[in-house]
Amino acid sequence: MSPSTFARRLASRRRQLASAAIVAVALGLLGMLYAAIAPRGSAATSADPAVDEGRSLFQSLSCASCHGLNGEGGKRAPSLIGVGAAAVDFQMGTGRMPLQQHGAEAPRKRPVASEGDILKVAAYVASLGPGPAIPQFDAADWQKADTAYGGALFRTNCAQCHNFAGSGGALTYGKYAPSLSDATPTQIYEAMITGPENMPVFGDKQITPDQKLAIINYVRTIKTQADPGGVGLGRVGPVTETVVGWLVGIGVLVIVTIWIGARA
Amino acid sequence: MASMGETAARQGLRYVDDRFGSASFLRRSFNKVFPDHWSFLLGEIALYSFVILLLTGTYLTLFFHASTEVVTYNGSYAPLRGVQMTDAYASTLHMSFDVRGGLLMRQIHHWAAVLFVMSIAVHMMRVFFTGAFRKPRTINWHIGVTLFILATLEGFAGYSLPDDLLSGTGLRIAYSVMESIPVVGTYLAYFVFGSDFPSTSGDFIPRLFIIHVLLVPGILLALISAHMMIIWHQKHTDFPGPGKTEHNVVGSPFFPTFVIKTNGFLFLVFGVCAFLGAFAQINPVWLYGPYNASQVSAGSQPDWYIFFLEGSLRLMPNLESNFWGHTISWNIFVPGVILPGIMFNLLYVYPSLEAWITKDKAYHNLLQRPRDVPTRTALGVFGLTFYAILYLGGQNDVLANTFHWSLQSTTWVMRVLIIIGPFIAYYVTKRWALGLRHKDEERLHHGEETGIIRRLPSGEYIEVHEPLPAQRQAILAMQLGHDLPDHAELPSGNGHHSNGQGNGQAPGIGRPVGAMARAREALEGFFFERHDSPKSGPGDDDPKTLTRP
Repeated sequence: MSPSTFARRLASRRRQLASAAIVAVALGLLGMLYAAIAPRGSAATSADPAVDEGRSLFQSLSCASCHGLNGEGGKRAPSLIGVGAAAVDFQMGTGRMPLQQHGAEAPRKRPVASEGDILKVAAYVASLGPGPAIPQFDAADWQKADTAYGGALFRTNCAQCHNFAGSGGALTYGKYAPSLSDATPTQIYEAMITGPENMPVFGDKQITPDQKLAIINYVRTIKTQADPGGVGLGRVGPVTETVVGWLVGIGVLVIVTIWIGARA
Repeated sequence: MASMGETAARQGLRYVDDRFGSASFLRRSFNKVFPDHWSFLLGEIALYSFVILLLTGTYLTLFFHASTEVVTYNGSYAPLRGVQMTDAYASTLHMSFDVRGGLLMRQIHHWAAVLFVMSIAVHMMRVFFTGAFRKPRTINWHIGVTLFILATLEGFAGYSLPDDLLSGTGLRIAYSVMESIPVVGTYLAYFVFGSDFPSTSGDFIPRLFIIHVLLVPGILLALISAHMMIIWHQKHTDFPGPGKTEHNVVGSPFFPTFVIKTNGFLFLVFGVCAFLGAFAQINPVWLYGPYNASQVSAGSQPDWYIFFLEGSLRLMPNLESNFWGHTISWNIFVPGVILPGIMFNLLYVYPSLEAWITKDKAYHNLLQRPRDVPTRTALGVFGLTFYAILYLGGQNDVLANTFHWSLQSTTWVMRVLIIIGPFIAYYVTKRWALGLRHKDEERLHHGEETGIIRRLPSGEYIEVHEPLPAQRQAILAMQLGHDLPDHAELPSGNGHHSNGQGNGQAPGIGRPVGAMARAREALEGFFFERHDSPKSGPGDDDPKTLTRP
């Protein structure tokens, strides 16, 4: 290695160090500038006290253990930024969240949190980003909707997973569309606008709010309607009818033949 | 007054008798003897459900409109008011909600249909497992299989008539199954349906109606009559028992005993159908909604007798081939056409096949117990297991949802079971039947165990057996096929091979010539395999067993 080559290399190394130093200083200045002008974390202090209470409930109800301290999501659970209050009200109101265990699907169970607490968590999650709000309507709204139209919409959009009477049905790999028998009108509406679990979202352009109320009216009408033909047998179609046919129909008649045979 | 009435009755009867000569016919018929075993009443359930079907079905035709004309519903079922639907569906709603007794009649009709096919299936199992299909009753077995297939078709046509969402889904599948037949499928489906499906020509529902209320019931009625006349002519079979031989029938006379018994049974079948019709809702078409090709419900199942076809379609892997631009859908053609074709043809040929294998050309009026012919019983259970897995496969989604299984795992478990399940069932049944047979051989030759242990003067302990009563012994020997003297030495063709001894080894008969004969002999070896264990042959006496003094 000749001396001139060595000098060239030294100069090159010095230039590199100089550029690194400039970048470091620039980054430092940028950081300080950011710290000076960045907003002081609007989430940290909120105008709405419900949001603050919601945040502490979010942590104490162990939502944060999967969804992250700020609802940013993690390996085990999705981000909650932008899911909206409706999703929280549905998931916690049907007892699906907090999750009992990981599996193909979260089953409906008794809610852990009170209604008031759920609304606070909902307010907090809504503050993370814009999303669907909890729908506001009362019984009179859906009760005046067109049941028969709702039925046609239900058969077109819902029955292929939830079955013709909303009794539920199997989906792939252990997932399922649950029975609608326990769902409240608000929960049915929330499910349509948030698409929980495997359910698609039915936006207001696909199914208008009026149509949603009609569907709710149909689901509630057939749920409360008595079965005119006797015992409803779970409203799942021929499978249960067949079980009754074998056990009660042929079963009883075979016992009768044995009885007649024994008396011969 | 009484005597006047009696005289009038006598005169009336004489008037009929003079013209038809029916008195002697009736006297003979009234004395016809029917055996008493309970399992002989299973076929009657089918007969009486058919009577109920004719009665209730006639009532339903008074209100049903076989029309695909689109109407707007305005009846009393509010959740469908204002919905557009075919007249067939609207009239079904009308008869369910606005006709007095209409829903009850519909439900009794549907339950009777379910019980009709179920009782045919149960009756067929009885006939199969007791060997009642053997000569001379082979043709009646064929009629029976035809009745089973026609009953299935009749049921499918019947529940498809209301044009509701569920049955329309079934018709759509039936259309696709027809379409899957190579080359002619599309033409055939068009020919049957009169157009594409859902019908654009409006021909299909009226066609289905005539098939359901005239064509198939007419054939059913004719075949049921033939079935009964053959039974009447050939007389009923019976199990071996005291005083029962191949040449007699022991039981009650047709009149009055059998008539009273069977009429009582008729009313009991009516009662069960009416009970179910009144208290258990079946086919709630108002919940399904009118058929619409863009809609389908989760858990769409056919009625039970189509479950096996639904199952074969659901379990079949997705296979298609393309030849010169022509697609053959093996995934539909094999499970929808080939498989049921094989299953029903096996049912038709089984009696002839068994007779050919066993060289049994004799007349049989005495029945066998399932254990008496272990291979036949095991083959029957093989078939039933295959059928049962298809049957369960047809409801895989409902099973998965009810028991929280994964739908995919359920399907895959059934795909494996459909291959190995029947063989396991065959083996278990065969061993079971052989075990029972060996137990019977032991009872026949050594008598019943008494539980008494006796010590001999020499100090040896023996177990005391009590010989069976002579009559019981004779019956057991008959059941096990020992009723003929020298049964082992008789040449083939006498039909008493059921003990399996001396098969194809009769003296003077050499090795069979020809591939068919060799195949037959191999099958015969399979059929009679291990009927008797060498230790319990008739000549074997255990010297350590004493009979009770």
